[in-house]
Amino acid sequence: MIPGTFDYHRPTTVESAVALLLQLGEDARPLAGGHSLIPLMKTRLSAPEHLVDLAAIEGLRRLEHVGDHVVIGAMTTQHAVINSTLLTDLVPILRETALVIADPQIRYKGTIGGNCANGDPGNDMPALMQCLGASYQLTGTGGHREVSARDFYLGAYETALAPGEILTEIRIPVPPAGHGYGYEKLKRKVGDYATAAAAVVITMAAGTCTSASIGLTNVSETPLWAAEAGRILVGSTLDAATVNAAVAAAEAITNPASDMRGPAEYRTKMAGIMLRRALERARVRATV
Amino acid sequence: MTKSHIKVTINGKAVEALVEPRTLLIHFLREQQNLTGAHIGCDTGHCGACTVDMDEMSVKSCMTFAVQANGAAITTIEGVANADGTLSALQEGFRMMHGLQCGYCTPGMILRAHRLLQENADPTEDEIRHGIAGNLCRCTGYVNIVKAIQYAAAKINGTPYQEAAE
Ligand code: FES
Ligand code: FES
Repeated sequence: MIPGTFDYHRPTTVESAVALLLQLGEDARPLAGGHSLIPLMKTRLSAPEHLVDLAAIEGLRRLEHVGDHVVIGAMTTQHAVINSTLLTDLVPILRETALVIADPQIRYKGTIGGNCANGDPGNDMPALMQCLGASYQLTGTGGHREVSARDFYLGAYETALAPGEILTEIRIPVPPAGHGYGYEKLKRKVGDYATAAAAVVITMAAGTCTSASIGLTNVSETPLWAAEAGRILVGSTLDAATVNAAVAAAEAITNPASDMRGPAEYRTKMAGIMLRRALERARVRATV
Repeated sequence: MTKSHIKVTINGKAVEALVEPRTLLIHFLREQQNLTGAHIGCDTGHCGACTVDMDEMSVKSCMTFAVQANGAAITTIEGVANADGTLSALQEGFRMMHGLQCGYCTPGMILRAHRLLQENADPTEDEIRHGIAGNLCRCTGYVNIVKAIQYAAAKINGTPYQEAAE
């Protein structure tokens, strides 16, 4: 399978990349790891006339602890996320999630920014970013703006990105020390997108849940932040009745498609099961 | 569409070429460089038969444009043997442990295992299996591939080879 013809651009600064994207308009696509875009181009489902490769922009590989946040440059690969001691110490759920994305080869090339910005409901990082309360720095020719991951996704492949804008950085508030976390993904095989997946971050104090945040992957046109389910857990001991109520609240907001991964009813139930498992793991991991 | 001028190092040799931007790395290697060791199994990014080593990453060359490799150092199966022409530890491992049957997946398996052992010199069976999760083999059932990688790790580390528990 051979893609259609296109011109290749390899800018070295964010400024030149966004200027190019704006100037070339709809015929241009930014290229990060390429493992979502290139398959589409090979089957000619996508035929951009210009690719703007972001790989040579050094500034997009930042990985830093700044105050109470970690800042991750958009071109940071999943492989780099997995091997970062900084991230593994401060936000270990990032590593747990990156490890269930695709396969080793794809994780060397696949980037966290591409995963978050593409708007594919099957991507794993978006629901995690919603769970963590992350925000995205979007950069255009006019400068930067900040959009919460919880507001970024408008529909399948529809995001808050304006024409000519790219996602340049992700800022994640560092969860409190001793927090519990879990990312649980049901997939048919290595490399598959989730049938359903759940991200959970909680804090506990003296056996009582003091905060809870839940994200759900691939059970709607967009990633889902299950705010109500999280609220239900707070103040409880994570007893069975409360967990059941939270799971029901999470299932209620899902709206999955029936596809080769299963009928919608099944995928909704699996979202509930993934939430239960992720929550249980988070509970065991939470100290205090 | 304008062709792009690229410079790459392939198996230690500097190469300059003109490529169409849409040329995939696998086609560049196989058709322009006559390096037919890396195989096209699926052409969809699933099987790993096209795996090559590029700047210390295992990449699927059917999912990478040759222009993206500009400036990179690439190793293919043709560049894996020892300098004196003898088999590398991994090649020897695949031979000794019957890590191949039809051999179609083998170049990709060996290149992937090469990077895995660079990053983790003494992997457990579990780590090997997760490490080669992006490479499909339709023949062996993977048991002998795992043994081949363990054999190579032991040889490189100078430790006795221990067979994987089955
Ligand atoms: S041919 Fe590249 S992954 Fe199968
Ligand atoms: S030996 Fe035949 S596919 Fe692996």
